Amino acid sequence: MSAMFKLVGKPAPRHDAWAKAKGDQLYSDDFTMPGMLYGKALRSKYPAAIIKSIDTSKAKALPGVHAVLTAKDVPMNVEISKFGQMKDVGGGFEGLYKVLADGKVRFKGEAIALVAAETEELAEEACRLIEVDYEVQPGVFDPEEALKPGAYIVSSDEGENESNLIMESHINKGDVEKAFAEADVIVENEYRVPPVDHAYLETEGGVAWVDDNGVITMRVGTQVLEHYRTIAKVMGLPQNKVRNMSVPMGGGFGGKEDITVETFLCLLANATKRPVKMVWSREESLEVHSKRHPEILRYKTAATKDGKITAQKVEIIMDGGGYKLLTGWVQMYSTVNAPGCYNIPNVKVDSYSALTNNTPSSANRGFGCCQANFASELQMDELAAKLGMSPLEIRLKNCLRNGDEICTGFIPQGHIALEEIAKKAWEGLEATGPKPDYVDGKKIGRGLAIGMMSYGRLTFMHDSSRVGLRIELDGSVTLRAGVPDLGGGQASVLCQIVAEELGIPMEKVHPYIMDTHLTPLCGTTTATRQLYMSGNAALVTVKVLKERIIKKAAEMLDAKPEEVQLINEKACLINNPLKSVPFVQVVGALSNDGVELFHEGQFNAPFTDVPNLHDMKGRIWPDFTYSAHAVEVAVDEETGKFEVRKVVLCYDVGKAINKNSCEGQLEGGCVYNQGYVTENMGWENGITKARSFAEYLIPTAVDAPEIETIMVESGGGLGPYGAKGVGEPADNSIAPAIVNAIYDAVGVRLKEMPVTPEKLLKAIQEKNK
Amino acid sequence: MEISLHVNGKTYRLNVDPRKRLIDVLRDDLNLTGTKEGCGEGECGACTVILDGQAVNSCLVLACQARDKEILTVEGLARNGELDSLQKSFIEHGAVQCGFCTPGMLMSAKALLIKNPHPTEQEIKEAVAGNLCRCTGYNKIIAAIKKVAEDS
Ligand code: FES
Ligand code: FES
Repeated sequence: MSAMFKLVGKPAPRHDAWAKAKGDQLYSDDFTMPGMLYGKALRSKYPAAIIKSIDTSKAKALPGVHAVLTAKDVPMNVEISKFGQMKDVGGGFEGLYKVLADGKVRFKGEAIALVAAETEELAEEACRLIEVDYEVQPGVFDPEEALKPGAYIVSSDEGENESNLIMESHINKGDVEKAFAEADVIVENEYRVPPVDHAYLETEGGVAWVDDNGVITMRVGTQVLEHYRTIAKVMGLPQNKVRNMSVPMGGGFGGKEDITVETFLCLLANATKRPVKMVWSREESLEVHSKRHPEILRYKTAATKDGKITAQKVEIIMDGGGYKLLTGWVQMYSTVNAPGCYNIPNVKVDSYSALTNNTPSSANRGFGCCQANFASELQMDELAAKLGMSPLEIRLKNCLRNGDEICTGFIPQGHIALEEIAKKAWEGLEATGPKPDYVDGKKIGRGLAIGMMSYGRLTFMHDSSRVGLRIELDGSVTLRAGVPDLGGGQASVLCQIVAEELGIPMEKVHPYIMDTHLTPLCGTTTATRQLYMSGNAALVTVKVLKERIIKKAAEMLDAKPEEVQLINEKACLINNPLKSVPFVQVVGALSNDGVELFHEGQFNAPFTDVPNLHDMKGRIWPDFTYSAHAVEVAVDEETGKFEVRKVVLCYDVGKAINKNSCEGQLEGGCVYNQGYVTENMGWENGITKARSFAEYLIPTAVDAPEIETIMVESGGGLGPYGAKGVGEPADNSIAPAIVNAIYDAVGVRLKEMPVTPEKLLKAIQEKNK
Repeated sequence: MEISLHVNGKTYRLNVDPRKRLIDVLRDDLNLTGTKEGCGEGECGACTVILDGQAVNSCLVLACQARDKEILTVEGLARNGELDSLQKSFIEHGAVQCGFCTPGMLMSAKALLIKNPHPTEQEIKEAVAGNLCRCTGYNKIIAAIKKVAEDS
């Protein structure tokens, strides 16, 4: 079958690679407009405080200042947001979205007022002139403290002001207590994982203006075009009066999944009737946009002496920070993934999330899954060590296989390749040579971790995507799709699919993307869903046109439609390729006949009901992507510093539609979450200490390991041509593999990230005492 | 103040505020928006340009400090419509994802190859260590630069 593909499976350069390599690609900050003003937000000095009053008179009096807005100027300052989704799901899955702080300030850096002025400097000065009278509050910064009776209440808003609990969710399968009573071994541990910044190179920003039809229009890079609906609501406008002509992002990773500058810009543009630009500084970005959820995870695992896990009991406490945002959704991922990618008869998971006065937590590549994966994969290694088994053995003994059910009782439809990929990754590392004891005086260790993560949204969100195609009379194709492109090649792969099906070169398909007024909405670039959802939508759409073309070509070739194929810009007979008619001629003939040369098609994911959160059962996602990372580290026992020397990663990608893109995601995800082990926001009582890239250290070219990428293509995914999504699963099992390798090197297992040299050194010294 | 800037082989006479950074003059006054700002503090390398053969962070240089020097930005890499071999190699290797780090990364690589046409892998890594990339994991970027060094 694969031999028949012309384009699918090839490492095709993306349509936008040239513009990006030439510096021609325009991003949110690259637009300037005549008469443009600069917007700034005044941000809270304290993580917890009551705003007694705000005096903007001095700021308003400053010449060159055109607008100063506070909460009372926002038509609907508080809205219960669906965060871009289409279905009403209610409960913890819809969250309070507040544009500007009023009542209680809930985290440090929360926006209190907005300014638009002639220059950036003037806007900053105006912010300094706004007088806010705060009554500082004690606040609460630990999610466990926040859940205790009598804790400081973070919110002053209705519906949230009785307790800090955001949501609880539970899984009960079998009888864990009985299994613990009968167990040969029990491993019990507490893990703590930190907040993570997305650290995209492009901070949040954009421009907005009111167009000549009164439509509030913006150019803002976002992962969720559908936010225009929330923005319209907040502004008191109909949804068709707000438009985002979005632009490619300089990275997203979940950090541009919630609203960033959009509402601020639209409010300022509307108030001043002038174009307004706002771009957040790096410091602002590090301090105020949402982070990956910090979590406390308590595990108790039971096993037989030959290594079969009989029970897994997990308690999870999530820090949601000052606003709920996507916490409820993230919690689904942490909860269901808590037991790990294993077949375990008895499972109990109890998870709780809390509001605190920390920076809000929300989406970050891995979305609650990598927290649970970190803990469960360390737990596995400790169990293996206790039983005298190898890390590979214990995983092979317990990992999910085709036909097994996950902890909710659901049996995944897609292929489960855990056994194969775990072996391939580990054997791949072993094939690099026997493990040396020391290299350059540093102790060498090797570690393994495996994982699973969904692609596609929670099925109770009733997800859908649409793609539009128009065949031009010269045989080129215009593809219209509201697919936010954050750098993963989300739009390019759609062109590749369409070109493949129509038998034309990829350059002949031009994508027009991300415009809420003009492109069919594809849904969010989140949840590793675009290839799966919009890839299938592209396929559904192109097949309709393909059928029309083939039918006409068959007529022209005097053959039956099933005898005709589209290849090399021709329609030809499958059995006699010499008998052909150019693609463009068929298109011309259809046009002459008055047949529609355009189509917009929709793909729907499987739909389920919202699960009972007290006893979650059934299908929660469409399917999963499975990962394995084998890692070699070198640890300096004198300083506690370590380096990641080599990684062999293996994934079942189903089908690598664009080999380069697919590999690029896997390698990028690997280094992204290599950073999970060491990156340090330095949170202290609601204050972010890491306020620049000099303090928030992400991996550099020197830190990145040599990566060997092994892609298994089982064809067993639910995406086009059997593909699975890889964007988020790409960062799933690397962090625990690194920490397990450190254990292999020096015999200490740190259960709390970040793993700093100080912590590691202390642990090594304690062990050697 | 009045200054002359030589950018990508062209000379511009400009009247600039002496406090204005080179990155702002390039982006705002000359509309060369290929040079990106990722931090404004010399920590990310997205704003890298080549100043008299040296890779510098244009967010840390004042425009007036660059007067009468040769400035090369990403827009000046292609010659007569033909892409520089580094640009081609980045495209072929899939070293460009979101592309926001790409201009700076290309300029650091270019400066390295001007000085040292046959660098070792370690030298390549060190030359771009000041250019952060959050998307690619660097492997494809290093491979792209290495290929150009090998082929030259
Ligand atoms: S913008 Fe100049 S180094 Fe980051
Ligand atoms: S390609 Fe996105 S930061 Fe490098």
